[in-house]
Amino acid sequence: MKDWRYWLAEQRGTLLAFGIFIVMFAIYTSNHPAGFTANVVQTASNKGVLLAFVAMAQTLVVITAGIDLSVGMIFLLTNCLASWLVIGTGIETAFGVVAVLGTGLLCGAINGAIVIYGRLQPIVATIATGAVYFGIALLLRPFPGGSVNEDLADAMTGRLFGMVPASLVVLLAVVLVVWVPFSRSVLGRAAYAAGSSETAAYMSGVPIRPGKFAAYALAGLLAAIGGLFLTFFTYTGEAAYASGNAYTLFSIAAVVLGGVSLFGGKGSAIGAIFGALAFRTIGDLLFVFDFDPLWQPLFQGVILLIAVSLGAFALFRVRNRLEWFL
Amino acid sequence: MSETTVGGIVGRMPKFIRRADPAVLTAFACIVLLLFVGSLYSRSFLSPEYLLQQLKVASFLGVIATGMMLVILLGQIDLSVPWSVAAGAMMACAAAAYGPIGVALAIPFGIFCGVMIGIVNGVGVAYLRIPSMIITLATNAVAQGLMVVYTGGFSPQDSATPAMRYLATGFAIPGVPNAVVIWALIGAAMVFVLTRTGFGRTVYGIGNRERAAYLSGIDTRRVVLIAFAVSGGLSAFGGVLLAGYASKAAQSMGDAYLLPSIAAVVLGGTSILGGRGSYLGTVAGVILITLLQSILSVMQMPEAGRQIIYGVVIVAMLLLYGRAPASR
Repeated sequence: MKDWRYWLAEQRGTLLAFGIFIVMFAIYTSNHPAGFTANVVQTASNKGVLLAFVAMAQTLVVITAGIDLSVGMIFLLTNCLASWLVIGTGIETAFGVVAVLGTGLLCGAINGAIVIYGRLQPIVATIATGAVYFGIALLLRPFPGGSVNEDLADAMTGRLFGMVPASLVVLLAVVLVVWVPFSRSVLGRAAYAAGSSETAAYMSGVPIRPGKFAAYALAGLLAAIGGLFLTFFTYTGEAAYASGNAYTLFSIAAVVLGGVSLFGGKGSAIGAIFGALAFRTIGDLLFVFDFDPLWQPLFQGVILLIAVSLGAFALFRVRNRLEWFL
Repeated sequence: MSETTVGGIVGRMPKFIRRADPAVLTAFACIVLLLFVGSLYSRSFLSPEYLLQQLKVASFLGVIATGMMLVILLGQIDLSVPWSVAAGAMMACAAAAYGPIGVALAIPFGIFCGVMIGIVNGVGVAYLRIPSMIITLATNAVAQGLMVVYTGGFSPQDSATPAMRYLATGFAIPGVPNAVVIWALIGAAMVFVLTRTGFGRTVYGIGNRERAAYLSGIDTRRVVLIAFAVSGGLSAFGGVLLAGYASKAAQSMGDAYLLPSIAAVVLGGTSILGGRGSYLGTVAGVILITLLQSILSVMQMPEAGRQIIYGVVIVAMLLLYGRAPASR
């Protein structure tokens, strides 16, 4: 087989997610009353980028065959923290941003430490740490409020050269600075290997523990970038339990749509980003077709249910029934 | 592990202690500790009325955790508890609006809705082989969507029927709340099913190794489907009881039961990987969680502090005895 065919096979999930997103976005903009304008793209990208960051975070953990049910809560916690710290003069704001990102990294590292060195199941461990993070968020912001450096916020949510949404540029920068180096490093390879077959990876001397730990910690960092952006959009911090849960849930939907295997070892964060953008666009289709917003939770739930059921098609390829049981 | 190191001491202990799971003993020891701490804080903590009240509150969690335990024994998890609880409660209350027949069928209809959610979960897990935590999250989202659409943002009829209130707050046996009796009945049925029926043994078998259970000629998919249906039904029944207790149904009433129900099962020594655990442990876990909640609320701890303590306690206890083996 030629090299490009390998590449195509490897990127199939990502390309599929990209295709779904393009089709959905075309339907969305062609039915939008304002049409395909810079304003519409900016609003859509600002909404989509939030979920894209959280979905990237979820991808890193899912690749190791784990799951992080606390990403939504880290997102909330960093949002609340940013509404206290990211304010004031340039230097204060910079310190605030660093502190917020550091907190996210720390939350992720705690998850990683408990799951890897504490040997607890990721699902139970992250539900419990999620409760802790939500508690701290509530401690920081018992009531919605706070403020943010508005110059920075407007710059981050505005447009570059009057055309390109700044949030998309930041997303691209994060992909280039965090995801690309990680996935090409030894640690990233180790995370993939651990998700694909932990025993085989261990036997081959792959550093699985550092690899998994880095994946969990970076997931915290990416969720914190999402939390920071939420603060830039809303100018406030709010510890809303339902919103944190929704982001966790949607991040899983985005990951699945983005072609990342929930059994680990397969997929890329870029696919998850397109999955997130596609999921947001599908959710917003209701608005351009003038449906009652009341239907939105049901609509999103059904999309999620269909997306996760699509994985069942792999069953048709199973020759031996024993392969049902992993 | 402890067999070899402390074998000499354990060997001289009475038989029932030797046979007990260390996790269950730890959970009961924590209950005694919590009662002791509570009694230092307030005199009335050890009064029979207070303890009975705690048992009544625990019984709602107990009913929900029973279903959760069945699923966890299979090595799966049910994250659709929040909206199964809410759907059970809201549908039971809504059914009561349709005349006397509606009132009579309110409780069965609420449970039926939970069973339907459970069946969707079960089909997804058993037949479509979707990971349980994913499909149950998805059905949870769909159930939420359905409830939001149905109620149209406000509740059509949300007050509980007299029968629901009687089940949750009445006294059929003097001195013992009905909710406690119901939990005892459901618990006894669960113990019987798990230890005395083929179905129960199959559940443990699948939890240990589904492939082996399948090769022994068991229709493992049917068992998984039934377990999820039972879990959904019990969650909804818990919701019906809660609606009776609060005398009305609300949209977010189930949110507070997901983490506690998993925690109660896991703290009671049931392995999250499936195949190991006893109902006695779940009972201990439910009482432990309820007492912890009660002490925190007696101390007037705000919601934020409660969430933090909760998460920390669960992680700490799991690190004590819920760890996976280190061997590879």
